[in-house]
Amino acid sequence: MEAFLAGLTVFVLAVFLGFEVISKVPPTLHTPLMSGANAISGVTLVGALYTAASAQADVAGLLGLLAVVLATVNVVGGYAVTDRMMKMFRKGK
Amino acid sequence: MNSLVVVLNLVAASLFIIGLKMQQRVPTARKGNLLSAVGMLLAVVVTLVGLGKVDWTFILAGLVIGSAIGLFFAYRVKMTAMPQMIAVFNGLGGGASAVVALSLVYHDVLERSVPDIGTAMGMDAAITVALSILIGGVTLTGSLVAFGKLQELLPGNPTLLPGRHGILAVVGLGTLAAGTWLAGFASGHGQIQAALWVLTGLSLVLGVLLVIPIGGADMPVVISLLNSYSGLAAAMTGFVIRNQMLIITGSLVGAAGIILTRIMCKAMNRSLANVMFGGFGAADTSTGTQGEYQNVKSSGLDEAAVILEGAQSVIFVPGYGMAVAQAQHALRDLAEALQRRGIQVRYAIHPVAGRMPGHMNVLLAEANVPYEQLVEMDQINPEFRNTDVVVVLGANDVVNPAANRDQKSPIYGMPILNVHEARTVLVVKRSLGSGFAGIKNELFEAPNTLMVFSDAKAALNGILEELKGS
Repeated sequence: MEAFLAGLTVFVLAVFLGFEVISKVPPTLHTPLMSGANAISGVTLVGALYTAASAQADVAGLLGLLAVVLATVNVVGGYAVTDRMMKMFRKGK
Repeated sequence: MNSLVVVLNLVAASLFIIGLKMQQRVPTARKGNLLSAVGMLLAVVVTLVGLGKVDWTFILAGLVIGSAIGLFFAYRVKMTAMPQMIAVFNGLGGGASAVVALSLVYHDVLERSVPDIGTAMGMDAAITVALSILIGGVTLTGSLVAFGKLQELLPGNPTLLPGRHGILAVVGLGTLAAGTWLAGFASGHGQIQAALWVLTGLSLVLGVLLVIPIGGADMPVVISLLNSYSGLAAAMTGFVIRNQMLIITGSLVGAAGIILTRIMCKAMNRSLANVMFGGFGAADTSTGTQGEYQNVKSSGLDEAAVILEGAQSVIFVPGYGMAVAQAQHALRDLAEALQRRGIQVRYAIHPVAGRMPGHMNVLLAEANVPYEQLVEMDQINPEFRNTDVVVVLGANDVVNPAANRDQKSPIYGMPILNVHEARTVLVVKRSLGSGFAGIKNELFEAPNTLMVFSDAKAALNGILEELKGS
């Protein structure tokens, strides 16, 4: 229970921090912001790694493998496509 | 060892936050994204090292396959297809959180001899496992439906099932019941397994039901909201495996999605509930303000070219139609030709132009338009009255003055670009067909408006040819 309450505290504070940081992002960057945030949400990969570590062909292991694949597509694809977009924004002459 | 893992995870979380902060300005944005990626790499490496001696087969296979798929699509996707791309990635992220939760239940409960999930994982983890499956499942199928609509595999207008609110309520309550059963009451492997898969199935159905009644032009809200969900699902996973870095990161993303959702709703002057459940843009809401157009004046490309040539200031207003016609490069060419003649050129961007937040900005950036020339609605609105020519390209409802004047209009109160205040308005459009809201646009019959009936790209190229010829 203590771990949960500590987690909840962190959760609430992080939401406020998120509001502060993100509401200052200008509209011109909203698409890359979204795709970048999207890549970050693939951090669930960390959880997937735990469950894939057994590498046994039982339900838990196979679901773990699936989770690693899905989360990695999200993370790697998300960062790559965000970078591709941000590279395009240029200043005028 | 354990405290080192915690500290390094905290470093990773800080990198995410600093990375996001650097995305507040265009010049540092790209570095910010890289910094965030470094944070992710750190988080993964720390986790892998922390696992100790394990069988790496599945982990390596998953990382290699996932990276290959991710990179392939990230570099292949066209900029115009970016909304559906982001929808899919979002769905996969949410789906991953749900699958992690499922896998954990099998790993910690079903493949051991423990009576119920609360005893095996702790009550808090049991509840967050259920939430993780629920939110993750909704994100997965909701995003796939959004993808289908954006890719035009599914009809773009709202699909309204008969008795849809009832169905939604039943499935929603069923999902909550299944989650409660799983976390608190199911005992024995048979019951746990049943609760687990009923919850999964209902969550997936719920995702479809939530997004299918929402129309294409409301997709900016849907994508932002699903973005938020994928973050919340990750945060729930963090609660389950008691990893604070995951909680921090997930809630940052959750907050980002909520902010964008709020901005999008505000830009349409509609509540989130109205977007989600209102069935806006469906055939039955579009009657009332319809009517025949009178005194519409149209212009050929030659006349449009003459008007543009005589202007001192021009504002382009791009909308979804520009994206569909892939006209961003033609637009840039015309804009540069005008600038070479000493004409001031700017672009007015409505917050909900296109199919996701910032859609027009990305397309114009792809066409090498400097971002300083793109002006937000609030900054550009006072400028229209001093502007010679406005060119509306594939935008409709966001330039309809009825939003300001006609209290009976379904879009009354929605903030619009006041293009009608300019001296001359050229509206490039294929026909007088109505926009997403299904209503007549008074702008088209205003005395200072000239319609150019054409595809956006063909019109821009044609005007450019005329300019070169003169």
